[in-house]
Amino acid sequence: MVNRQVVGAHYGLRDWIAQRATAVVMIAYTLLVLLALVMLPKFDYWHWKALWQLDLMRYATVVFLVALLFHAWIGVRNIFMDYIKDAGIRLTLYVVVILALIAYGAWAIQILWGN
Amino acid sequence: MRLSIYRYNPDVDEKPYMQDYDIQLEPTDRMLLDALIRLKSTDDTFSFRRSCREGVCGSDAMNINGKNGLACISKIADLKEPVVIRPLPGLPVIRDLIVDMSQFFKQYHSVTPYVVNDTPRPETERLQSPEDREELNGLYECILCACCSTACPSFWWNPDKFVGPAGLLQAYRFIADTRDQATNERLDNLEDPYRLFRCHSIMNCVDVCPKGLNPTKAIGKIKDLLVKRTV
Repeated sequence: MVNRQVVGAHYGLRDWIAQRATAVVMIAYTLLVLLALVMLPKFDYWHWKALWQLDLMRYATVVFLVALLFHAWIGVRNIFMDYIKDAGIRLTLYVVVILALIAYGAWAIQILWGN
Repeated sequence: MRLSIYRYNPDVDEKPYMQDYDIQLEPTDRMLLDALIRLKSTDDTFSFRRSCREGVCGSDAMNINGKNGLACISKIADLKEPVVIRPLPGLPVIRDLIVDMSQFFKQYHSVTPYVVNDTPRPETERLQSPEDREELNGLYECILCACCSTACPSFWWNPDKFVGPAGLLQAYRFIADTRDQATNERLDNLEDPYRLFRCHSIMNCVDVCPKGLNPTKAIGKIKDLLVKRTV
């Protein structure tokens, strides 16, 4: 008998692990930001701006950003896999979301290192 | 007893409708199935599946007051009236409460639900230690009633691609069996974004299982094994 069943695409596990790992990164970053806010001597624009001049905050934010974008990609793709049945439309949406996420990442870095 | 029952006969009805019934119970009628059989004796157009009437065969799974369960082990006294009875959600309706379970069994067959062992057969049976046998508890009891899979949104959206909680519980039942030698092939078969990873652990399956089994836990163990195999 010819077995025409297509199974075992051999991916999915990495995404599943990544979703959990990136969630941990985001929790750690949230705690860091809360801590930084609590430790600000005064909560005004100048202290806020000074906080984001620190390399620690900038690079931590980049790590958070990568985690967030990856996490968002996995989540949004999961939604598309459930609800968008047509492969062509789904692939188009995947590409649009990936491009949008890359643009958001670039924009965030511009904000962090811009003036 | 007041019942509100989903009726649909594709030969006669244009679309499904809910029909209300008032039935007179006898003192011996304890379970919902008794009430349905009593109803059937007055309205023989009403169709449903049942067989063992004691929660072992899994034939009379249906949606009872919004929750999947077996009519034969649902106590009448516990049910709020009018009892709303619908067929299992997400499967094509053949007639009234009878659904087409082909897709469900197709997924079940796709996990090779039997021991694979190509070594020469021993003189007696293949033995297991009591500890190894213990691992199969909570897995082998599944009666394939489909209450869990048809309560799972991931199975509703992708019944052709997602194995579903019942199939995955059985998949783990054979992965966990020390007499089986095809663990790697079984994990290969499931390492797929649809077949296994559509499960997001919302645990509807655990909530409805009439045998008190925990497919989510079994799915978690499959994921653990996949992680161990990879990292």
